[in-house]
Amino acid sequence: MLSHLAGILFDGVAYGALLFVISIGLAITLGLMNFINLAHGAFAMLGGYVAVMAMSRAGVPFLGALAIAFVAGGMAGVVLERGLYRYVYDRSHLDQVLFTIGLTFMAIATAAYAFGPGQQPVHLPPYLTGQVNIGGVDVGVYRLFLIVVVAAITVALSWLVEHTRFGARVRAAVDNRVAAEGLGIDVTRVFSVTFALGSALAALGGGMAIDVLGLDPTFPLKYMVYFLLVVAVGGGRTIKGPLIAALILGVFDVAGKYYVPEIGSFVIYALMVAMLAIFPNGLFGRPR
Amino acid sequence: MTPPRERWSAIEIAFWIVPVVAYFALPTFRTFGSQVFVAGLFALSLDLILGYARIVSLGHAAFFGLGAYTAGLLAHHGFGEPLSGLAAGAVVAALAGAATSVLIVRGQDLTRLIVTLGVGLMLYEVANRAASITGGVDGLSEVPMWPIFGVFRFGLDGSTAYVYSLVVLFAVFVLMRRVVRSPFGLSLRGVREGERRMPAIGVSVTRKLVIVYTLGAAIAGIAGALLAQTTQFVGIDVLGFQRSADILIMLVVGGAGYLYGGIVGAAIFMILQDRLASLSAAYWQFWLGLLLVLLVLFARGGLIPLAEGLSRRLRDRRVKRGRGPQEAGGG
Repeated sequence: MLSHLAGILFDGVAYGALLFVISIGLAITLGLMNFINLAHGAFAMLGGYVAVMAMSRAGVPFLGALAIAFVAGGMAGVVLERGLYRYVYDRSHLDQVLFTIGLTFMAIATAAYAFGPGQQPVHLPPYLTGQVNIGGVDVGVYRLFLIVVVAAITVALSWLVEHTRFGARVRAAVDNRVAAEGLGIDVTRVFSVTFALGSALAALGGGMAIDVLGLDPTFPLKYMVYFLLVVAVGGGRTIKGPLIAALILGVFDVAGKYYVPEIGSFVIYALMVAMLAIFPNGLFGRPR
Repeated sequence: MTPPRERWSAIEIAFWIVPVVAYFALPTFRTFGSQVFVAGLFALSLDLILGYARIVSLGHAAFFGLGAYTAGLLAHHGFGEPLSGLAAGAVVAALAGAATSVLIVRGQDLTRLIVTLGVGLMLYEVANRAASITGGVDGLSEVPMWPIFGVFRFGLDGSTAYVYSLVVLFAVFVLMRRVVRSPFGLSLRGVREGERRMPAIGVSVTRKLVIVYTLGAAIAGIAGALLAQTTQFVGIDVLGFQRSADILIMLVVGGAGYLYGGIVGAAIFMILQDRLASLSAAYWQFWLGLLLVLLVLFARGGLIPLAEGLSRRLRDRRVKRGRGPQEAGGG
């Protein structure tokens, strides 16, 4: 029973880790520019398809395909941010919502046209399959891989934000954009770079998610509420906030679907409603 | 952005004559026409909460679906009286609206987006799981309707459905026209223009938002019930995200905050969809997305303000050239 619980906890953490990698870019755009990007999941989907194509068409090994997905996501982020997104930063949230839903629809239609409506298969390398026994608990190797990768990313991100000049600029811009601009920080550029980084991470997450969440053209809509939830509960001001929110979400979703499969996804929605009722500004948000 | 004035202008009267003419001019489109009115009524309900209360909802279909299932289940179980079915749909949707409004009014835009989205998804899951009651993904068929007032039967040619939906749409519209011009409507405008200042003049913003959200939910419930009654079927897609997104698009295409915008948008959207979606469903989604992107980039506020802006610019140009509007006909 206890090992059961540990297994679920482990799977939940792996799931939450995945949600965190995909959502962190969304959190940054919200914290930095107060921009609601509902098309964020499309970057994850892009990463998924790039990874699948790199493996099946070009024969790239799995880890290499993830790296390609990361780069492709970053490039797509730069192009879209400079080409489209920057025109809607100053718009109302309604305009941003409409604009990014429009982009999401276009991404879904394009993916369905290019790759068909079905699920994409992913063939994990042998060293990432199977199970290992850690302290009496059987855990999936791939889940373990997810947790390790995301932990490394989190450490790297924290270092970037806390200990580099670029990170200091990001923090200044999040805290007070006007003052940061007044001090000569090019907030627009800071934002372009963070947007690209967030898109790249989402694409990486999308590549890693194929085995867990699946990959089909409806991906950006199917998981949109999860990404938004991570950001709404965790806030867009820290890395810690979305991380904790994603882990809570992951654990409760896995546990809910395991223990009470009849009401499967209600658990997560109920949790969400409860959390937003108690913390309307998120766990780490500050009231505006 | 001004709500309609007390007196009905010529354009407004002309607007409502169009569907009457269409009834006689396009007899084969009556069934389709009734669907347009349902969508128009649904868009009108969203206009209240988006155009007048500035609440961005991604799950308005929740209330539409509740109304549809309420009316559908009533008829399915042997009570097919149309008007009381509409009322029941409105009441159930209003209760759900009032219950969720507590979360809606407290949060910021992002919280509102997620709560509306989440409530919609949750209800969809309920309808999906409770297949023994709702019919699940197969939908609820066998929804026999009694004749309206015991006289007008719902026939296959759709004439009853057309007139019935048009009358309901018009009746609700007249009511809403009064509401937005009432002191309550004015205070809503106040909330829209300056949410932080309204408490200073003694207006409880929270209470206004709860009322308007509940009202919007009730009307969406009527629209849903109307769909169930006129099609005598309830598909699970009445609760789907696509429907919430579609109605939002219809409203912003027409223009939010005018009452007419949603109806105009619904008509345009439904006709386009009818033409384009028959080519391919995937293409339709692409064009829909492109339309949204272009709308935000180039036509802020929708078609009604666009048309208003154009006519104002034309007028200004005439004034600049020193010509009175009475001479304009010749130029």
